[in-house]
Amino acid sequence: MSVEAQVKCTCGEEASEEELLARLDGVLKEYRDKPGALIPVLQIAQGIFGYLPEVALKKIALGLNKSYSEVAGVVSFYSFFSTKPRGKHLVRVCLGTACYVRGGKRVLDTLKHKLKIDVGETTEDRQFTLEVARCFGACGLAPAIMIDEEVHHRVKPNKMDLVLSKYRNGDAPVAKKRRT
Amino acid sequence: MPKLTIDNISVEVPAGTTVLEAAQKAGVQIPTLCYMKDVQAIGACRVCTVEVEGARALVASCAMSVSEGMKIKTNTKRVREARRTVVELLLSEHDGDCQTCPRNEDCELQKVAHELGVREIHYPGGKAARYQDHSTPALTRDTAKCILCRRCVTVCNNVQGVAALWPQNRGFKTVVGPAFCHELDDVVCVQCGQCGAVCPVGAITEQDHIGMVWDALDDPAKHVIVQTAPAIRAALGECFGYPPGTRVTGKMTAALRRLGFAGVFDTNFTADLTIIEEGTELLMRLKQVLKPGGNGHGRHFGPLPMFTSCSPGWIKFMEHFYPDMTPNLSTCKSPQQMFGAIAKTYYAQKIGKRPEDLFVVSVMPCTAKKFECQRPEMDDSGVQDVDAVLTTRELARMIKQAGIRFEQLPDEEMDAPLGLSTGAADIFANTGGVMEAALRTAWELVTGRELPFDKLHVAPIQGLEGVKEASAKITGAKPEWSFLEGVELKVAVAHGLGNARKVIERIRSGQAQYHFIEIMTCPGGCIGGGGQPRTTTNDIREKRIAAIYAEDESRKLRKSHENPAVQQLYKEFLGVPLGEKSHHLLHTKYTARARV
Repeated sequence: MSVEAQVKCTCGEEASEEELLARLDGVLKEYRDKPGALIPVLQIAQGIFGYLPEVALKKIALGLNKSYSEVAGVVSFYSFFSTKPRGKHLVRVCLGTACYVRGGKRVLDTLKHKLKIDVGETTEDRQFTLEVARCFGACGLAPAIMIDEEVHHRVKPNKMDLVLSKYRNGDAPVAKKRRT
Repeated sequence: MPKLTIDNISVEVPAGTTVLEAAQKAGVQIPTLCYMKDVQAIGACRVCTVEVEGARALVASCAMSVSEGMKIKTNTKRVREARRTVVELLLSEHDGDCQTCPRNEDCELQKVAHELGVREIHYPGGKAARYQDHSTPALTRDTAKCILCRRCVTVCNNVQGVAALWPQNRGFKTVVGPAFCHELDDVVCVQCGQCGAVCPVGAITEQDHIGMVWDALDDPAKHVIVQTAPAIRAALGECFGYPPGTRVTGKMTAALRRLGFAGVFDTNFTADLTIIEEGTELLMRLKQVLKPGGNGHGRHFGPLPMFTSCSPGWIKFMEHFYPDMTPNLSTCKSPQQMFGAIAKTYYAQKIGKRPEDLFVVSVMPCTAKKFECQRPEMDDSGVQDVDAVLTTRELARMIKQAGIRFEQLPDEEMDAPLGLSTGAADIFANTGGVMEAALRTAWELVTGRELPFDKLHVAPIQGLEGVKEASAKITGAKPEWSFLEGVELKVAVAHGLGNARKVIERIRSGQAQYHFIEIMTCPGGCIGGGGQPRTTTNDIREKRIAAIYAEDESRKLRKSHENPAVQQLYKEFLGVPLGEKSHHLLHTKYTARARV
């Protein structure tokens, strides 16, 4: 199975931690003797759990015969990896030059206020994770934000409630692929 | 052999030699920071930058191999400015507090900055983030002082195979430390202090016990005594300008007396005691396996091979990585802990004191000994057996603080009875030494004859080879040891935990079989310990090792069982080796710990 196929989000299917860890065991068995396995396994594990919990990282260290400090070094090096639980939806606010001068910062402040979280954090109900980004290539339509796979153009701070409520109520398309 | 010129000096060196090494041969000193001879040459710090004729950019001389006809310049304006810039950039991030730093005047960054003539830092900017970690009994970390040279990472991973440290995060936020910047106490760390021993700055140092020892010495209610490990006498002199390998046993004794210790004793005394207990334990384990009907002792002893248990980093390593094999560890406490237990019982009774009136200080070449003395089970006298542990470096600092002119001290003798020892105890400091000392006694006990090696030295297990082996066929065993007749006794010695792991893996895979194995945590043994004067290279290890063997050969008594004070201890107090009192005071148990 390719990495892409395995990275596929499966968190929608309610699975217990034991089941998820058992799935990780299977992955580790497959990758045990492959050189350069650490990063692909971390990607897959993040797909399985939605993030990289400590218990999974320790299992990966043992399973691939790597030190925990090295595994942590790789995880903390790449911003792609997260050790904190992620929300169902990922909200990314562009703070590239164009979006910034057209009010991206105000959009971000509004989102922080509405969601009651800071950048990198997840709401208590696990619906939203907030992040900043550097340019989606939508500079002509600034300021832009991206929620899951969908780009929202020329967003206005006072319309944020409406946008978020669509996702909260499940009207908007649910992420096809988890972006972490 | 390639020929090249360095600053117009012709030099011919074997292929594969680095420019840095070739320059040293040509008498040209190139400054370094991240480089460690024999261990790390990664060109990370760029301080060793040189100009190579024909090359566009400057190159890191530690990581560049020589080639035929190379023309190197180490002292051009471009090189001098580049090196200064590199150091200025390091200093701009480094939150050093030089005057109050324990590495003041012993700091490689300070020294390089001074030598390169850095007088101004042109790059004001962010400082490295400060995490101070005092979580472990042995070590403290201060990330604001770290210059990210990776020396500790390489030693912890490649030499010791423990891998507690690794660069975390990225770019300016990079921190060298345990996983996710947790504290050392939360991760697998054996407290060997090899990280601190190679740190060029004050980012990793030992937990300071100096204040605790001064307080005890100032307390009139405390009877403060000191024990010194064998490795100290071959290294302490380096802190006072003596060349490596100078034996300063007499001056060290005099200095300790002037510091105010009421009894100046020797860990060597309990090293001899260890040999009696551990040697007997080995023979019991052999008997249990080889003699039909078992050992006849009434007690079960652990399996073979038996591992030595003197080195607390090694013990913690086993508890984390191979908990299923801890029964193979000798149950003997280390000499440091045997000393504490004997001092606060036998010796306390002799001088009419209670255990709690005594304050026992150890001087150790080791940081893990600070951890060991605080293990909860190390209180068989009723109170903590060893109260404080000073490293060799800390003792030197105390001597300086007290205004004692070390070089002017007379040579003095240690106090009786806990200061009396044999040459077999001296060699506990060297890799192979505990094994040799054990063989000197066990062989004689079994055969009634002296160990059949020149000058009693078991040459195959001496020296800096990582894993060493020896074997000897036992002939002419006394009747009570007849089950050993014709047995080929196989032993192995490893130093550096990476080498220990190799031995264990060989045993576990069935590739090798031994009866007895000595492991020392640090490369070279205790003479290369994490608490020794910095920075220890193999050249320095060899000199200290030679000094220790010379100390041994200078003794009249060179076998532990000949130590009259130890014989007296058994007669007056302990009874017999492995007896009830020994079992209670001199032996211990181990704890399984997590692997990650």
